[in-house]
Amino acid sequence: MKDFSELLERLLFSPGRNTKISLLHAYFTSRPDPERGYALAAIAGALDFPGAKPAALRAMAEARTDPELFALSYDFVGDLAETIALIWPNAHADASPELPEIISALRAAKRDAIPGLVATWLDAADSSTRIALIKLITGGLRVGASLRLAKLALAELGGVDVNEIEEVWHSLEPPYESLFAWLEHRAPRPHPDEKPVFRPVMLAHPIEAKDLAALDWSAHRAEWKWDGIRVQLVATPHGKRLYTRNADDISHAFPEIIDAMHFHAVLDGELLVIRDNIVAPFSDLQQRLNRKTVSAAMLQNFPAGIRLYDILFDSDEDLRTQNFDARRQHLEAFFEREQPQRMDLSPLIKFEVHHELGLLRDGAREAAIEGLMIKRGDSPYLSGRPKGMWWKWKREPLSVDAVLMYAQRGHGKRSSYYSDYTFGVWNEAGELVPIGKAYSGYTDTELAYLDKWIRNHTTARFGPVREVEKEIVFEVGFDAAQRSSRHKSGVALRFPRILRIRTDKPAAEADQLEAVQALIT
Amino acid sequence: MGPHPQTWLKTTPAGLYCEPGDFYIDPLRPVARAVISHAHADHARPGHEAVLATQGTLAVMRTRMGAERAGGAMQALAYNEKIKLGDVTVTLHPAGHVLGSAQVAMEYQGAKAIVSGDYKRQPDPTCAPFEVVPCDVFVTEATFGLPVFQHPDAADEIAKLLASVALFPERTHVVGCYALGKCQRLIGELRLAGYDAPIYLHGAHMPVCETYRAEGVVLGELRPATVAAKAALKGAIVLAPPSAIADRWARRMEDPVICMASGWMRIRQRAKAGGIELPLIISDHADWNALLSTIREVGAPEIWVTHGGEEGLIHALSRLQIRARALRLIGYGDEDAE
Ligand SMILES: [Zn+2]
Repeated sequence: MKDFSELLERLLFSPGRNTKISLLHAYFTSRPDPERGYALAAIAGALDFPGAKPAALRAMAEARTDPELFALSYDFVGDLAETIALIWPNAHADASPELPEIISALRAAKRDAIPGLVATWLDAADSSTRIALIKLITGGLRVGASLRLAKLALAELGGVDVNEIEEVWHSLEPPYESLFAWLEHRAPRPHPDEKPVFRPVMLAHPIEAKDLAALDWSAHRAEWKWDGIRVQLVATPHGKRLYTRNADDISHAFPEIIDAMHFHAVLDGELLVIRDNIVAPFSDLQQRLNRKTVSAAMLQNFPAGIRLYDILFDSDEDLRTQNFDARRQHLEAFFEREQPQRMDLSPLIKFEVHHELGLLRDGAREAAIEGLMIKRGDSPYLSGRPKGMWWKWKREPLSVDAVLMYAQRGHGKRSSYYSDYTFGVWNEAGELVPIGKAYSGYTDTELAYLDKWIRNHTTARFGPVREVEKEIVFEVGFDAAQRSSRHKSGVALRFPRILRIRTDKPAAEADQLEAVQALIT
Repeated sequence: MGPHPQTWLKTTPAGLYCEPGDFYIDPLRPVARAVISHAHADHARPGHEAVLATQGTLAVMRTRMGAERAGGAMQALAYNEKIKLGDVTVTLHPAGHVLGSAQVAMEYQGAKAIVSGDYKRQPDPTCAPFEVVPCDVFVTEATFGLPVFQHPDAADEIAKLLASVALFPERTHVVGCYALGKCQRLIGELRLAGYDAPIYLHGAHMPVCETYRAEGVVLGELRPATVAAKAALKGAIVLAPPSAIADRWARRMEDPVICMASGWMRIRQRAKAGGIELPLIISDHADWNALLSTIREVGAPEIWVTHGGEEGLIHALSRLQIRARALRLIGYGDEDAE
């Protein structure tokens, strides 16, 4: 799999979008089926095979070198998969099997035979192939290119519009031979038939002051931006599905929504926990996510509902080329006709001038509202984030001054830095209690500074976590404060991020827990 | 065996001092008599009263410092030629690091110590290959003294560069590399790979290339990379100092592919952090396996380890039951820390 690993390596280091597309294009053109199809599936995260735990590979690498040398090396490199790949004794030439062989061997192998199998491949591979193999097998394959770029490269290869690929994408399965056959003009375009496939979602741009000033408000409509999960409901005679906006199928986690889909349509909406018509905070919805099975108690205590935004298909009528106003009328008529359980319409907000909207937005401190959506009345339903069509106008963030308590190394690009920060505020007893964790918001320079500071001010270590001296104050921005039983402080912050480092503020003057509790909505 | 080298080779603030010969090896401050292993700035410093080195090293020192600052009495010693300094017999053996680079061998009353300076074991078309010389104490560098450093063949890395040039013929490939050694080696490797187009150089890289040529190293056609010639640089390979690839100089090129040739490029984080689009793992230092095999081949019962990953190397040697200790000399590994 040398070609694939070289592709991954170049994608990782290439900053330019066009460069990435060129690299992907060259790879898809030069490699045979089914290898290129499995590569595409790996990039799409659509490959399913039994893997191995990083610890098992680490143990094999230590046995081939020495635990102390491994520890010194890991400390230097920062990333476990990369350390294993680099420290593994070098093969003279790359003779590792190709991707299809690897996938089928993994699928056929007994679970306890997998580490040994992987070792034979690592023995035969060069170092960049080893990194790709280890990441693939431990599930850590993060490609610096999104699936979208791969699709753009395929569109270029086939001389078709990328939306034509998006349209059929969810009816296809690895290794995508029918897709390549169509793009190379060897077969007709695959047909999605009536399978309940995901359709590309339309997204909004954050609005900025200059956009606000330039907008023709009479041509725009406003809705609340609800704080749940954006979903797509798909119901055809051949099945019913609930997808996230990233096309993850979450049907199994929300059986009550699937049961309520007695229609044939494709709808766009927000998944929320709703009790007695009141939207619960996001933390309630989180209780329902990432669960394999749903208990009766869960269904009762955290009842899910959908607030509908848009309609893409009514039966097999494709409404996406119609404008927003026409679709909205269609959605209202559809809702009237079907009266689906567990669903309601996201109301349009009437307004005269945009200042009025601004006041509404600031006034909406309800936990379930993140801000406003502004949509052009004449916008068709387009995939991706088209310019000048839909805007999101979020509320100003709330903020709190909190003290850095613990730090942990990040992942991927940040794996050699302490970049995940747990911060806290003072309680009545004068103790710091953690209220959240932030991974973003700082600049590279601030990150480097914090990393060094943390290494020099560590007071204790708990596995990968360092406790530090209580000296650094962050101004932490967040969207909402919610009650939480998981944190000792009883408070959890929604979307916390570091706004700045308050070098001007001593830790003793950071905020009190009381002040944070007062912000709970 | 005569007196143990630790009784006559001393670490002093000015550097490693050979007492019975009354000279310093790669001293950090101006001294009366210096033996210089190679011309990298952290080993060859200006202002010594008398300098002994190979012809290649002296030539590069004159180019880089000017004849005045390069030293007072400059004496050239050919590889494998013996000279007596005080009670010590000194021989210079090829180190395979850069043009003129030498291991400094010292024999005193039957005991022999070798200071290897910097060295590598990979082939290099621009300098003489490392020579294995048995000794009682071998002083080794440890720039890449961790087992994660296993340099691939330079030819494979050059192939990567040329494949990228073919894939992006409209872009300029700007390769960051040090002016002495790495730059000329890249040119030599490109020529070996059959690349015979002109190679463009940042102004800072020209003088040492001229010195190499004067010493008989064939480099093919080299041209200055000026912004005026920007259009001609489309599809070309430009070599520049590492400091220039990150700044505006490189950005003025035609949609540049920023490359870097260094052993550190093996660590992805290093490449990512440096904004490198095409990392090339080409090093003029021994990698982990070469450090171990060299130590085994010279067969010295005792190893002194200088600048770099001493901890890992000393640990590995103790497992092989070879006596090793760190020789703490401050100041090396600055210029060609790679
Ligand atoms: Zn050097």
